[in-house]
Amino acid sequence: MPDKKERIDIHKYLAEFEDIPGTRVFTAQRARKGYHLNQFAMSLMKEENRQRFLADEKAYLDEWDLTDAAKKAVLARDYNGMIDEGGNIYFLSKLFSTDRKSFQFAAGSMTGMTQEEYAEMMLKGGRSPEGQRSIKGKY
Amino acid sequence: MARVTTGITSSHIPALGAALETGNWKNDYWAPVFRGYQPIKDWIARPENMPDVVVLVYNDHATAFDMNIIPTFAIGCAERFEPADEGWGPRPVPDVIGHPDLAWHMAQSLILDDFDMCIMNDMKVDHGCTVPLSMIFGEPEEWPCRIIPFPVNVVTYPPPSGRRCFNLGDSIKAAVESFPEDLNVHVWGTGGMSHQLQGPRAGLINKEFDLNFIDQLIKDPETLSKMPHIQYLRESGSEGIELVMWLIMRGALGEKVKDLYRFYHIPASNTALGALILQPEETAGEALEPRSVMSGHSLAA
Repeated sequence: MPDKKERIDIHKYLAEFEDIPGTRVFTAQRARKGYHLNQFAMSLMKEENRQRFLADEKAYLDEWDLTDAAKKAVLARDYNGMIDEGGNIYFLSKLFSTDRKSFQFAAGSMTGMTQEEYAEMMLKGGRSPEGQRSIKGKY
Repeated sequence: MARVTTGITSSHIPALGAALETGNWKNDYWAPVFRGYQPIKDWIARPENMPDVVVLVYNDHATAFDMNIIPTFAIGCAERFEPADEGWGPRPVPDVIGHPDLAWHMAQSLILDDFDMCIMNDMKVDHGCTVPLSMIFGEPEEWPCRIIPFPVNVVTYPPPSGRRCFNLGDSIKAAVESFPEDLNVHVWGTGGMSHQLQGPRAGLINKEFDLNFIDQLIKDPETLSKMPHIQYLRESGSEGIELVMWLIMRGALGEKVKDLYRFYHIPASNTALGALILQPEETAGEALEPRSVMSGHSLAA
């Protein structure tokens, strides 16, 4: 037998993700929850689907097996709400691209800042990691 | 035989592609970024530096791979790959022309070396693959070399560990060196550097982490490769995890490397941007002058 492999404790590995302020890591649990929401977003990679979605968003969303909270978040373009429903930013990028919006717009919209404030923060070097690394450790 | 002569890292931010397409690359916001890439463009355009093939390591951003198929490591073995429509229509760039002989050879070699590759034939490539090509080759009618797209999952957790990526690079080197044709092969690691695109912590940038990462990538990748995911997430933002892909590039260059060029800039949209040219020490060329360029807010104390 070869030497025993050093293994990562999966429970500890996953639990640590919950200790990062203002961050939801796209774990299997979130991926499962957001499956239909993310697949809906993928459908917007086709021009005919984008047209159909923009023409009647609610009707288009009704074709997908989405929770009410997910539908509401999509209609309101509430990206934090979509991520709470298991959405992932790279999937959701198809939605804000359909709206002709950038990653900076979508990211900024999740911070509680105005677009101008967010852009200004980035120009000044971005958000400092100080105090933003760990909830428990407060560092 | 084929050789891995060079490793390049580059950001692959979609806004860079948009800046090119709109002409905004000349404005005050983007011009320093394009100035920082110019020495790489000039260097690679010289015939002695132009690769025959680039193995382009990137992450697919929910484009070719949706929630139905999530390969950890994939390799594009087709003759050509079209740019994907990511919601804006496809980027107006040439198709990526592959190198099926080398790609299939690599796939076989990597599997024999215990890396269970997912072999892709019908695949569209997104900004992760095409933006680095635009930044480094400009806007030609056709890309000047063959490209093997090499997508790595860093979207759905867990992505591969830094260690696994570093070891994969070493196996890529062995795979390339066992290909009989005489080819100049580059391995590019793309993505990064620190950035977070989601949640109330969006906009995180960590210059100290990034600059240390570059130093350690060059001098002590063995130690760097042991950094756990949680540290990337805490220090470099949730999307900073893309940096594990730089370790694939580094692993393909062997033990000692020379840095020919380093460029670091804050901010490019939401991110800190880093671009490097590295070569294995024993066959390294001359360093560029200047060898290190910082711009934007990275110059602030």
